[in-house]
Amino acid sequence: MQTILSIGADALAYGMVLFVISIGLSLTMGLMKVVNLAHGAFAMIGGYIASYLTQQMGLHFGFAMLAAVLGTVLIAIPLERLLYRRIYGAPELTQVLMTIGITFAIIGIANFLMGPTLKTIALPPELQGPVDIGFRTIAAHKLFAAAVGIVVAGALWFLIERTPFVVRLRASVDDAAMAGALGVRTRMVYAVSFAVAIGLAALGGVVGAQLLPIEPYYALRYMVTFLVVVSVGGAGSIPGALIACLLLGAVETTGRYLMPEFGEFFFYLAVIAIVCIFPNGLLGRAK
Amino acid sequence: MTGFPVSAATTPNLWQRSARADAIAVLVVAATALVLFLLFPQSLALLTRIVAIMLLVLSLDLVTGYSGVATLGHATVFGAGAYAAGILAARFGVADPLLMLAIGALAGALAGGVSSLVILRGHGLGQLVLSIAIVQLAHEMANKFSSWTGGSDGLSGIMPSPLFGLFRFDLWGRTGYWLAVALLIIVFLVLRAVVRSPFGMLCRGIKQDPVRVRAMGAPVYFTLVKMYAIAGAVAGLGGALSAISTKVVGLDSLSFSLSAEALVMLVLGGTGKIFGAMLGTIVFVWFEDIVSAINPFHWLTIVGVLLVVVVLFAPKGLVGAIESVVSRMRGRKT
Repeated sequence: MQTILSIGADALAYGMVLFVISIGLSLTMGLMKVVNLAHGAFAMIGGYIASYLTQQMGLHFGFAMLAAVLGTVLIAIPLERLLYRRIYGAPELTQVLMTIGITFAIIGIANFLMGPTLKTIALPPELQGPVDIGFRTIAAHKLFAAAVGIVVAGALWFLIERTPFVVRLRASVDDAAMAGALGVRTRMVYAVSFAVAIGLAALGGVVGAQLLPIEPYYALRYMVTFLVVVSVGGAGSIPGALIACLLLGAVETTGRYLMPEFGEFFFYLAVIAIVCIFPNGLLGRAK
Repeated sequence: MTGFPVSAATTPNLWQRSARADAIAVLVVAATALVLFLLFPQSLALLTRIVAIMLLVLSLDLVTGYSGVATLGHATVFGAGAYAAGILAARFGVADPLLMLAIGALAGALAGGVSSLVILRGHGLGQLVLSIAIVQLAHEMANKFSSWTGGSDGLSGIMPSPLFGLFRFDLWGRTGYWLAVALLIIVFLVLRAVVRSPFGMLCRGIKQDPVRVRAMGAPVYFTLVKMYAIAGAVAGLGGALSAISTKVVGLDSLSFSLSAEALVMLVLGGTGKIFGAMLGTIVFVWFEDIVSAINPFHWLTIVGVLLVVVVLFAPKGLVGAIESVVSRMRGRKT
């Protein structure tokens, strides 16, 4: 019983961290139809900025988190204008290749600027200690990550269901010329959506840095996981991504607890089973 | 076919023309191999490795370039061939290199056929993720069954016996190199025949419009499974070749990054072209060897920028760019 509860708590924390990072990717792929393999690279940039600000400049975690999100978005906007804009609507393979290229370049530059070592983010004292949640103690930063995940999910749900923004985005993706003729500023809509997705990636990179440590190969190592989460959940679906994160978090954590020698074997087995049964993801819209 | 004796005599038919093109291509490959052998006697190991990777990229070209299946997990079939040949030699003491190659091809074909049953169930993003999941699964399995595979230490103790009982696999790698070149030429000829056959045409049709091909009454799924098995055999040969020539098999031969790199090489050279796959591999692996000797991360930056440039400005790859330059020059002459 104790083990089950422990697994549950860890799975929840891990799943929510995955969610914060992956939901941005899910939006890019589901709503903007861009397979952005550089998403993890942007999460990594966010993590690096926060690490630099807290460790080298001694700034507070909250401020660093904000600065990381803004800084990453600032880096991403020129990339969107120069590179991503050319691959909207291109075949998936083209998008995959271009964004893998961007990822490689970011890894190389990150290593050049920050070195190959693991970088940590200094947590404020409130988030450092363990918190007693009844049956066991859990690290405060994990609870914080879970809370951030819930807030992000709520805010995105509001944005998508209660504001006309996503209607404009869908219109721009489906038929840019027609949407433009109807007065939608399609380029602006694309740029803002991209910025939101990248901002979420950076936020996730900072919040999840304790579980997914920041180093140059972060961008490639966890990219696969994020991509998997999105395709299992169904691109563009917030509840889908949430379910996928919790489910895969549970599979991965259970595997680690009970059969650590198998590594990520069960994680990928689950992925294959789910994607085979639900080719569009658990809650994805059929094409 | 006796109606057109004159035209048959003056203009060679399609089969003759393609046979002539093949002969020229084989001569070019053999001549290049000889020149490289004479110019770089010190780097035969690197050249052999290039040929092994080339077989992987050719195999990926069959699947992605000719049949339109997007995969980021093609190292699965390469690794299957490498481990099958390696385990045969290291654990069962079967050290005949030709037998190792045959087993490698067989294992690759088997791995390709089986994994395609899963990969082809997905489309677009789902397909990519399935292919990644499969290569990761294979990687974890190879890591787990370390009593067979050597795990993360790699599989060592592969001692191939002399080729035909005459040519030893010496320190200089001459035997390995010529074995690789011979293998490459054979594979090249077979693949040219495959992609030109009605079966190859059907695969291209599936790439362009699977719905229409299905409406024509051709089996889409099993045609692609067959193509995958053929591609698996080619990549398996490459894996076995690398096991024979390097005498070790590491977990990196079954990794996501090798799969991604193979895709990069293919796109660099040009998809849907056999020469594209070969040129892309040479350029990529050779430059990687030079630049990463200086700093592996600079190499990563360069590859990244190169990839972006190729996607934006030369979507048909190096061979496509060369072809368009050549055709423009010809157009100017006439």
